[in-house]
Amino acid sequence: MAIKDYIRERFFPHIWCPGCGHGMVLNALLRAFEDLAISKNEIVMVSGIGCSARISGYVDVHTLHTIHGRALAFATGVKMSRPELNLIVPMGDGDALAIGGNHFIHAARRNIDITAIVMNNRIYGMTGGQYSPLSGYGTLATTAPFINIDHAFDVVELAKAAGATFVARTTTYHVKQMSELFKEAILREGFSVIEVLTQCPTYFGRKNKAGSAVDMVKSFKDNTTPVGSKAKLESPGLIERGIFVQKDLPEYTREYDKVIERAMKKR
Amino acid sequence: MAKPKLKEHHINRDWCKGCGICVEFCPKKVLELDKQDKVVAVHFTNCICCKLCELRCPDLAIEIETEL
Amino acid sequence: MNGTLKFVQGNEACVEGALYAGLKFFAGYPITPSTEIAESLAYRLPQIGGKFIQMEDEIGSMCAIIGASLTGSKVMTATSGPGFSLMQEALGYAIMAEIPCVIANVQRGGPSTGLATRGAQGDVMQSRWGTHGDHAIVVMTASNNQDVFNITIEAFNVAETYRTPVILLFDEVMGHTRERLIVPEKDEIPLVERLRTSVKGGVDYHPYLPREDGRLPMSDFGGVHRYNVTGLYHDMWGFPSENPAVVDGLIHHLTDKIRNNVHTITQYKEYFIEDARTILISYGSTARSALHHVLNRRKRGEYIGLLELQTLWPFHGDLIREKCKNAELVVVTEMNLGQLYRQVKIAVDHPERVFLANRVDGVFITPTDIKNMLRLIQGRGV
Repeated sequence: MAIKDYIRERFFPHIWCPGCGHGMVLNALLRAFEDLAISKNEIVMVSGIGCSARISGYVDVHTLHTIHGRALAFATGVKMSRPELNLIVPMGDGDALAIGGNHFIHAARRNIDITAIVMNNRIYGMTGGQYSPLSGYGTLATTAPFINIDHAFDVVELAKAAGATFVARTTTYHVKQMSELFKEAILREGFSVIEVLTQCPTYFGRKNKAGSAVDMVKSFKDNTTPVGSKAKLESPGLIERGIFVQKDLPEYTREYDKVIERAMKKR
Repeated sequence: MAKPKLKEHHINRDWCKGCGICVEFCPKKVLELDKQDKVVAVHFTNCICCKLCELRCPDLAIEIETEL
Repeated sequence: MNGTLKFVQGNEACVEGALYAGLKFFAGYPITPSTEIAESLAYRLPQIGGKFIQMEDEIGSMCAIIGASLTGSKVMTATSGPGFSLMQEALGYAIMAEIPCVIANVQRGGPSTGLATRGAQGDVMQSRWGTHGDHAIVVMTASNNQDVFNITIEAFNVAETYRTPVILLFDEVMGHTRERLIVPEKDEIPLVERLRTSVKGGVDYHPYLPREDGRLPMSDFGGVHRYNVTGLYHDMWGFPSENPAVVDGLIHHLTDKIRNNVHTITQYKEYFIEDARTILISYGSTARSALHHVLNRRKRGEYIGLLELQTLWPFHGDLIREKCKNAELVVVTEMNLGQLYRQVKIAVDHPERVFLANRVDGVFITPTDIKNMLRLIQGRGV
């Protein structure tokens, strides 16, 4: 299948702004589906609210566009009920880690087989540029007109601590790596988190004088380094990308099968 | 494996929003934006079919067709 | 009636009803006085290959059951006041996206943390209007274990018939009252199974195009039809739409499918209404005391009757008007400040004959309380 076979063409061009990184995430995700040749009937994409959440409407799989922050909870219900389905949950930074932070850590703790994608553009785009839990100290936003004094989460550290069994980070510059990470995450059994640094030229870019979409993508190239590289030692300010956690632990729905087995013996 | 040979740049002008990401990151500077801010493969003979434009396009507006 | 005799709490009777109805997935979070429902299902569901999950909060619980329902399972959650408040947004989602599900709210005293271990019936209006925006909802209750069992099955049947959330509005007293329950043999009580589409894969399929009778034949997630489910106003494919005609059509479909079927959805019991000059209207545990009082007074030749409502919403105003048309006195007995009382007043021909006999101090309304309040209302003094 070509990637076009995975989209709902009638809704294109999509609603995202020119140069929005979310389209690049969609692009890489479709290629991952294509490479893995997964049947569209076996994919359920669950999203919440925000610019990022609109991604589900464009993909021709089973799509569940839910409420703000709760996509992982909905996905948990789908997965528990039909463990053979592939659950993909793309979320924005506010969706995943502000309003949805609790569901994020608990889904990770359970190690339920869901691929969670955090499309981190450091801003609330849909509502017009308010600071998110990933904007970071010193940034500007419509709700931080003087300076943002909130510190950002490190998604990788958070996911690690919460128990995710596959944790990775990439950027919209590194599209081939992005696709590879998506594939790896989908194939793995367990809770996978992929943070994608993605650009919002319209709000984060303008507010923080980060330049055009092109400039922002360039900055992802310039300000990141492969995990464990020498460059990180020389310039500690660089953001590492690549795979941070990759471990095999029992997956939640498989574990629940054991509960069923035990329960049936006690009938 | 032989190098892929370019057949055609398929550019969906309705979907292209003219962000310029493909233009900037094309290693052979094949692409340019026209007066309507739509991407055009001006120097298509230079294309090495790396498909980075296709992979990076936020609008799914580019497809590189090769002969292999 | 053939079946298995049990001695259980109301909460367990609810569990028995849910399992009888075909419950396959439960997600919940511990909260008094509903916790026994979760505890019991954590034990029982895996024994039949069903799934139980304790979520991180009530919001997650409500969301998880919606997700599971989309795959075709019969689903349920259970909670109480504070948890029910947390569920409201996702409850609205289930209404909008037409997801069958059952939510048991074992009421306790509110507002806020209120009275965790005491009975109350203060969520009657919240169950109707808790989620934002115009909508319709089905809310059911019962006053003894056998009825709790039956109404729970009915809740699943209504949820599946109309593709809607149904709220079981029990209360602490009912939830924790231990009494006999007969679980009937399989197939003795009819069950409604989900209506599924007969449209073949590959054919343009409209998940949100209702049939003439208002029912939606839907396809399960993971099946051959891939469609979109959203809490936004949506067209017949499930895709977001702001087209005024689509919006108008959908909100009327969502409300009409319940309102137009109020006769079929409404369940009630009546005792001595025919010749009653005084009619008590009650529901849930309070109706037990009301019935006790009515039986006592009937023995003494008083013309008193009881209308016990099992379906609170949609509110069947015509039924109330009809039943109360000859009554000289209508007394609504409930453990709140008059939430159903006001509805009754609006419905009847003579609102000046409607009175409220209530308690809101966390103490159960006894038959003696009702007797005393009636004497006061009738001007006879206690």
